[in-house]
Amino acid sequence: MTTYLLKLFVTGASSRTGTAIANLNRICEQELAGRYELEIIDVLEHPDLAEDEKILATPTLIKTLPLPLRRVIGDLSNTEKVLLGLELQLKAHDTPTGGGALQ
Amino acid sequence: MTKAVVHAGVEKVATGISSFDIIAKGGLPRNRTTLISGTAGSGKTIFAVQFLAAGIQAGIPGVFVTFEESATDIRKNMLSFGWDLAAWEAEGKLAFVDASPDPSIDTIEAGGFDLGALLARVQHAVRTVKAERVAVDSLGAVFSQFSDQSIVRSELFRIASALKAIGVTAVLTAERTDDYGPIARFGVEEFIADNVMILRNVLEAESRRRTIEILKFRGCDHQKGEYPFTIVPDGGVIVIPLSAMHLSMKSSNVRISSGNAQLDEMCGGGLFRDSVTLVSGATGTGKTLTVTQFLEGGASNGERCLLLAFEESRDQLVRNATGWGFDFEQMERDGLLRVVCDYPDVSGLEDWLVTIQAAIRDFKPQRVALDSLSALEHVGTRKAFREFVIGLTSFIKHEEITGLFTSTTESLMGGDSITETHISTLTDSIILLRYVEMFGEMKRGLTVLKMRGSAHDKAIREFTIDKGGMIMGRPFRNVTGILAGTPVHLSPSDVERVWARADSEADAKERRRPT
Repeated sequence: MTTYLLKLFVTGASSRTGTAIANLNRICEQELAGRYELEIIDVLEHPDLAEDEKILATPTLIKTLPLPLRRVIGDLSNTEKVLLGLELQLKAHDTPTGGGALQ
Repeated sequence: MTKAVVHAGVEKVATGISSFDIIAKGGLPRNRTTLISGTAGSGKTIFAVQFLAAGIQAGIPGVFVTFEESATDIRKNMLSFGWDLAAWEAEGKLAFVDASPDPSIDTIEAGGFDLGALLARVQHAVRTVKAERVAVDSLGAVFSQFSDQSIVRSELFRIASALKAIGVTAVLTAERTDDYGPIARFGVEEFIADNVMILRNVLEAESRRRTIEILKFRGCDHQKGEYPFTIVPDGGVIVIPLSAMHLSMKSSNVRISSGNAQLDEMCGGGLFRDSVTLVSGATGTGKTLTVTQFLEGGASNGERCLLLAFEESRDQLVRNATGWGFDFEQMERDGLLRVVCDYPDVSGLEDWLVTIQAAIRDFKPQRVALDSLSALEHVGTRKAFREFVIGLTSFIKHEEITGLFTSTTESLMGGDSITETHISTLTDSIILLRYVEMFGEMKRGLTVLKMRGSAHDKAIREFTIDKGGMIMGRPFRNVTGILAGTPVHLSPSDVERVWARADSEADAKERRRPT
């Protein structure tokens, strides 16, 4: 069973930050219960980490593991796109048309 | 060089970019954002990097934010201008915020976002190196990294105001599609910044001409209109501030010899020290000889002379001079003569101006001769040519150097050239050399057409050339229409009648004068 390593970059405690964290927690609990690790990084406190990852936008979600690396930006309100970004669509519904994840 | 200039309430920061501060009347407004818009290849990135480089060289740290080229590419590209960005980074004087797109990373947009991370990185970099200058290259590239344009738009406004809040002076570049069209591609860039400058790289008559224009400086003054500039390998952007040059011209009453005593006499005692003389004539009338005499006249007085030769090779010049009895090679050995000799087409007129100015600064001559302006006439457009002549004459005068330029007329007899009509007002003196057809023989005539600030001989004199140079003869008293190119011979009786009257009037005047 693969463990998902996720990093979420946010700017301070804004309402957008709150929305993103809530959305991500919901999605993870539904799709990845018990097999994910999430790290939340505030770019105002750690601009150097944002520099290392070359982050421009907040919130930015990075899937470090499993490879390949994927990024999703925004408040994660569009669940479908988040799942697409995490390549979870394929596993959850087992649809053969989600070919992008196979490359 | 980088001291602050107070101007009409808005303080300015001297950028240190060659001559840019002149047209900007002191520099860029401090603590404000300035947009630099231009088409592809107009020199935006170079200007942006130079703004930081000039600051760092004067001890002011900077931050470069790149959205387009990677930091690695910029470091490499800028080495050719002599700016070692990596070394400055190591010394803690420069920091990069590399926001260039990474094609290896797949990004999906899922909901609303802001550019908070970018802003945090910029602020972090500014704090780390204690930057006072920030360059952002380029705004348009931010738009292409995100699909939601309205967010990018409002976020760029936020970043621009944040830059002002942290007290830095910033330049932001933006692309435009047309040299004469909308200010920038996305139509909002000009509203993001306080000030707007435009770099152009216009194709005119098969040659590229770069200009810089300050469109607006909120709350402070600047020079208006387009100014030519060039980009040189180890200096970057060099602006040619034409109107500013005019203001600083000096004027001297000191006379120097043209190298020919008879010509000096015709000029009322010689040429003025910081004047520019134009010698115009058809091919073979003696222009190069006039130049050679001028140089020899300087060298024999211990003055350094610079010859800019665009028509003949160095060897030809030396041989010609030897034929007239002047030893160029000895003058060179004595360090009194330097010859810059090249094909006029090897570079643009702006580049020539920069090259010539560099040669003048390096050799510090008292005399500069250019043979001939006509050879340079076709290198650029008429406007560029006129600007070149303005730039060169003002520079020469400013440095208190005596200049002698030649220009070739197209027709053998009389006529004038484009060169003349374009630059005659810019020169202080004009000497015309003309062929005069006399009874089946070509004779040479010389006249001093104009001599600013001095009386001069108005006659058209015949002259001959032999070993030793020019020998002035008698005025052509029995010919009219020489300058028009249609000499008409008058009968001796007509001539005598006219001159007899003139002579008797002069005698009468002489008699009336109290003793």
